[in-house]
Amino acid sequence: MRRLLFSMPALLLAAPVVAADLDVTVQIPQLDVAEYHRPYTAVWIEREDHSVAAQLAVWYAQKETKEGAGTKWLPELRQWWRRGGRELQMPVDGVSGATRPAGQQQLKFKDGKAPLGQLAAGKYELVVEAAREVGGREVVRVPFTWPATSPQHLDAKGSTELGAVKLDIAP
Amino acid sequence: MLKRSLSLAVLALALPFAAQAHKMWLLPSATNVSGADPWVTVDAAVSNDLFYPDHVPGDLSRLVITAPDGQTAKPDSAITGKYRSVFDLHLTQQGTYKLSLVNAGVFASYEQGGQKKRWRGDAANLAKELPADAKQIEVSEAVNRVETFVSNGKPNEAALKPSGKGLELVPVSHVTDLVAGEGATFQLLLDGKPASDIKVSAIAGATRYRNAQDEFDVTTGKDGKFTLTWPHAGMYWINASTQDDKTSVKQAKQRRLSYTATLEVLPQ
Repeated sequence: MRRLLFSMPALLLAAPVVAADLDVTVQIPQLDVAEYHRPYTAVWIEREDHSVAAQLAVWYAQKETKEGAGTKWLPELRQWWRRGGRELQMPVDGVSGATRPAGQQQLKFKDGKAPLGQLAAGKYELVVEAAREVGGREVVRVPFTWPATSPQHLDAKGSTELGAVKLDIAP
Repeated sequence: MLKRSLSLAVLALALPFAAQAHKMWLLPSATNVSGADPWVTVDAAVSNDLFYPDHVPGDLSRLVITAPDGQTAKPDSAITGKYRSVFDLHLTQQGTYKLSLVNAGVFASYEQGGQKKRWRGDAANLAKELPADAKQIEVSEAVNRVETFVSNGKPNEAALKPSGKGLELVPVSHVTDLVAGEGATFQLLLDGKPASDIKVSAIAGATRYRNAQDEFDVTTGKDGKFTLTWPHAGMYWINASTQDDKTSVKQAKQRRLSYTATLEVLPQ
C-alpha cells in the first residue's frame, strides 16, 4: 500500500507520455422477437459542439449485393450518419466490421493510435447508436472528460436496442 | 366564404400551380440514401391533405432534376395516373439532388359573350389563343417552384445554386439534414435577391390523422432568412408566396410567385 501511494505521483507525471486507454463495452441485448436481425451499431466520440472527435466503430451487414449490401442501410443510423458517417468511404480500416451478436462487445482504444487518435483536453460524449432491421433504434450517450486524472468507470443504459454501455478510462 | 373557396377550387383545377387552396407537392421515398446503387421513388400531386394524392396529378413535363454536379438528370419510369404522378430517380452521383416542378406561365381571365372565361399557358401563345372577341382581359404572370431534395452520401450545395428567377430557397442549414427540435435556417430569394418580410408557413404531413392543420409561420428577415423549428419528425410542406408588378410578359400587370418544398425531419 505504501509503495502504491509512493508510486502515484510518478504515474501522474508519466500520464502525458504513457498512452491512456479508453475501453468501451457495448451490451447488445437478447431480444425475444419473431424476426431478429443483428443491429447496425456505431460508436463515436463527440465534442461539446457535437462535431465528431473520433469514429470508433461501425458494424453493418457485410454480404455484397448489387446495392452494396449493408451500406444501403447505413443512413438508418441517423445520428451517426449526419454526424459524419456519410462522409466516410466504407469500409474503414480498424473501424468498420460485421454486425455483432447479442452479448457484451468489448472495444479497446489507445490514446494516440487510430482510430481514437489524440483527443485535445476537454469535455466529450461517447455515443453509441444501434438500429435494427424491422426493429427499433436507440442512442446512448456517456459524457466524459479527457484526459482523466484518475481511472474512470462510467456507464449509461439503453432501454430497448442497447443494454449497458460502459466506458473505462485508464489515465 | 363558401363561394370564395369554391371559386378557388375551380381555379385550382384550372391552374394547380397558382392555387393557394390546394397544395402541390413532391414526396420522395427517402431524403438520405447510401450504398452502391441508390434509387428513390417520388410522388407528385396536388391535394388538400398532405401527403395524400386525391385531386390532380403533378405535371411531370415541368420536372427539372438537378444533380450534385449542377447538371440536369433524367427521371426513370415516369407515369401519370388519375391522382398522382410517379417517377424514379437513380442517384448515380454523390451529393444532393434538387427535384423541381418549375412553372413560368401566364394566366388570363376574360369575358366572351357575357361569360367569364379563363386561360392558362405559355406567354408566347397568349395573343393567338385568346379569342378575338375577348373583353375585359386581365393577365397575370405566374412563377412557381415546387421542390424536394435527396442526398446520396455527403450532401453538397451545387444543385441548390439559385437560378435568379422567382422565389427560391437557399440553404443555411442543409435541406436534407433536419432534425426534430432543432431550428433550421434558410434564405428566401426573389429574383436572386434576399426576399424580406415574406410569410413562410409549414405544415407536417399526415394531416388526415389529426383534427387541425397545425400550421406554423415565420416571416423572413431583412436578409431573407427565416428559421423553422420542427415540433416533431415527419415530412413537412413549406410554402411562401408573394406578388409584384415585375412582369416579363408585356400584357401582364401582375406577377404572382410561390415557392414550395417538401422537407424531411428525422427524430433525434
